[in-house]
Amino acid sequence: MTDSAIADLPDDSHHPTSFVSKYIWSQDHKVIAIQYAATAIFVGLVALVLSGMMRLQLGFPDQFAFIDPSAYLQFVTMHGMIMVIYLLTALLLGGFGNYLIPLMLGARDMVFPYLNMLSYWTYLLSVIVLLASFFVPGGATGAGWTLYPPQAILPGTPGNDVGILMMLISLAIFIVAFTMGGLNYVTTILQARAKGMTLMRMPLSIWGIFIASILGLLAFPALLVSAIMMLMDRLAGTSFFMPALLSLGEQMEYGGGSPVLFQHLFWFFGHPEVYIVALPAFGMVSDVIATHARKNIFGYRMRVWAIVAIGGLSFVVWAHHMYVSGMNPYFGFFFATTTLIIAVPTALKVYNWVLTLWRGNIHMTVPMMFAIGFIFTFTHGGLTGLFLGNVVVDLPLSDTYFVVGHFHMVMGVSPIMVLFAAIYHWFPKITGRFLDSGMGKLHFWITFLGTYSIYLPMHYLGFLGVPRRYFAMGPTEFIPESAQSLNAGITVSALIVGLAQLIFIVNLIWSTFKGKRAGDNPWEATTLEWQTATTPPGHGNWGAELPVVYRWAYDYSVPGVKADFIPQNCPPSAVEMAAAEGGELDDNKGPYNEPTA
Amino acid sequence: MNLLHKLAEKPWLAQTEGGDAALLEDSGPRLPAKTALKFFIAVVSVIFFLFTITFLSRSQYPDFQALAGEPWLPLSNTGQLWFNSALLVLASAGLELARRQAGRQPLGAVVLALGAAAVCSVGFVIGQYLVWLQLSDRGYTVSANPANSYFYLLTAIHALHLLGGLFALTRLIYRFAERPNLASLQQNIGLCALYWHYLLLLWLFLFALLVAPAETYRAIAAFCGL
Repeated sequence: MTDSAIADLPDDSHHPTSFVSKYIWSQDHKVIAIQYAATAIFVGLVALVLSGMMRLQLGFPDQFAFIDPSAYLQFVTMHGMIMVIYLLTALLLGGFGNYLIPLMLGARDMVFPYLNMLSYWTYLLSVIVLLASFFVPGGATGAGWTLYPPQAILPGTPGNDVGILMMLISLAIFIVAFTMGGLNYVTTILQARAKGMTLMRMPLSIWGIFIASILGLLAFPALLVSAIMMLMDRLAGTSFFMPALLSLGEQMEYGGGSPVLFQHLFWFFGHPEVYIVALPAFGMVSDVIATHARKNIFGYRMRVWAIVAIGGLSFVVWAHHMYVSGMNPYFGFFFATTTLIIAVPTALKVYNWVLTLWRGNIHMTVPMMFAIGFIFTFTHGGLTGLFLGNVVVDLPLSDTYFVVGHFHMVMGVSPIMVLFAAIYHWFPKITGRFLDSGMGKLHFWITFLGTYSIYLPMHYLGFLGVPRRYFAMGPTEFIPESAQSLNAGITVSALIVGLAQLIFIVNLIWSTFKGKRAGDNPWEATTLEWQTATTPPGHGNWGAELPVVYRWAYDYSVPGVKADFIPQNCPPSAVEMAAAEGGELDDNKGPYNEPTA
Repeated sequence: MNLLHKLAEKPWLAQTEGGDAALLEDSGPRLPAKTALKFFIAVVSVIFFLFTITFLSRSQYPDFQALAGEPWLPLSNTGQLWFNSALLVLASAGLELARRQAGRQPLGAVVLALGAAAVCSVGFVIGQYLVWLQLSDRGYTVSANPANSYFYLLTAIHALHLLGGLFALTRLIYRFAERPNLASLQQNIGLCALYWHYLLLLWLFLFALLVAPAETYRAIAAFCGL
């Protein structure tokens, strides 16, 4: 379904003519990507500060007057929601999706540039509404990021008055923004690929973004439906989710609703959301690993099938988040089984990353370090997921820190490691300059070791039975005092890791203006985005002629070929053979341009 | 070439001088807006599918009182709803007529059909609002019973989608009047027609769902294991 006519849109109606149209109301996918990324990183830093404040209370209870139980719950809620939705989803799909799709596919832009612009501004509106909820009477909602009714809208829960309304409205706006973006991503991938770019020649980054976008389009409606129905319960007095109940001694007017119905809807969105975040990360890390190991990706076809299989299976595992809510035992058996089945294609991807590294010409660049770090954290988080996927193991562990450790490793740290790998990898294309590798390596080691020192002990705390979500432990005799020491240690690590992100921010700012110039293809990569005539690519990406694609995205270290990479747009007749010139294969040829500290 | 065949390609083997021209010959739809619209329709279908699942689940609770099935229930007389449905059928038919005539000159019939479709669609929305007023006047307010809540909710969300379509249709007419482009007109009317047909089918489904008697809900819920 490649369509060069659409990829080569002659319509230049959105060509920027002023500063405002170039950088503010821009319809250029690259500018929109940067707008998405900057907003997501900003709001992510807010969520990082919130987590630091949570940790202060947990590590050093009651030492800080500004953290009372209500504030603590608000921090927990906003931290979770911001990180999952407004940072990870927005940065991976809105940021990298926008930047990479047209460039990697050889298109001039997204097929609907105006809709793309609208998507960003709607996203920004959702962020503003969300952050504004901190400043309304009663503050932001403290219902927990899952927003379970009935407590989310009942008196006694922080932000039950206005905060929860703003959260639900913000989510609805975000979903509208995502739908506009998602339709654009999917349509561009299906209809705007350059000549020769068949589906199976697409880089894995695009496959990940493609399937994640479809998942988002089909899963976010569940969150929208639950948000609308809860808004009606809160505003119009309906009883979709609200049962008959007493609140603060008074009989409420609600009656007959089902809170578990909300949970089903929420997790019908919530579990695919894990893969909406994970699949683009899987794809991008695959491209980073292949490039920096100078080796074709192991098992490309199988990886594509695995991405598709994971996408399909992600819709039939949602209730493993609800074992403690109570369900028919056969129901639990079904969801435990599907959960274990989805581990198969996921494990297959891990094996393939390792086998790509096997006997590769590995260059320990900063992107590669983050990519290898990701393999560790993801394997770790995935294995603990196998524990929690089983009903009998999940029941005692579900409300403990084991779960916090698990999902932060698999859903928090792992995608963040990929995001860092991706930023260090693609920054030279975005700005024309390298990020400083000295600061990058320092950033990596503190982040990688630091996150382990945060989340590994949490698994142990979970086994001890330390409950999650609690503001203070109180007289819990079964928990030894040493658990508190461990909590203090975790807090110190968390603060160090949090502060270490400043190194990254400084690096971003410094390198944007002062970083070493990178040239067009500093990593000697094969994919199309590195083959643009100018770096950063200009408006329309490709100059007069669109690229033509002759091969897949992973022709690294091809036997008999002089260079250790062949770009996707290099015709077979232009490939220089080593034997023809009497030269030898240069195994060590690779990205040596990276600056050192 | 079907999808499975495409996914079975071995891309590391396929390196052709012509940029795989053979594969290009088999290119699929060339209208991105149509592809996007199909995905959008899928998204809307998921939304209403989920509403329907919750509706059927909620219908099995003892406080749920169906809106039809007994003579004294408010939607046992469905006259107004049938009238509204007829308006939507006319709107859909108008757009279909416009789609078929769009390639032919003169364009008078097209303009007339588009105008009629827009008027009938507005009439449908007003008709739905009148049903709301009738229900609330008789005490069937949004919070009085979960069946009422669903009636207001589902009809409102459906009407919102129709209003979104009307916005697109108005924009289409305005842009055509400003800069006549027959090819673009034909394509865009086709998109509007597809969307209206979908909304008509969706409404007929919702209509059947909302006026079904309690026994029907019980039977469906039992069949679904709810």
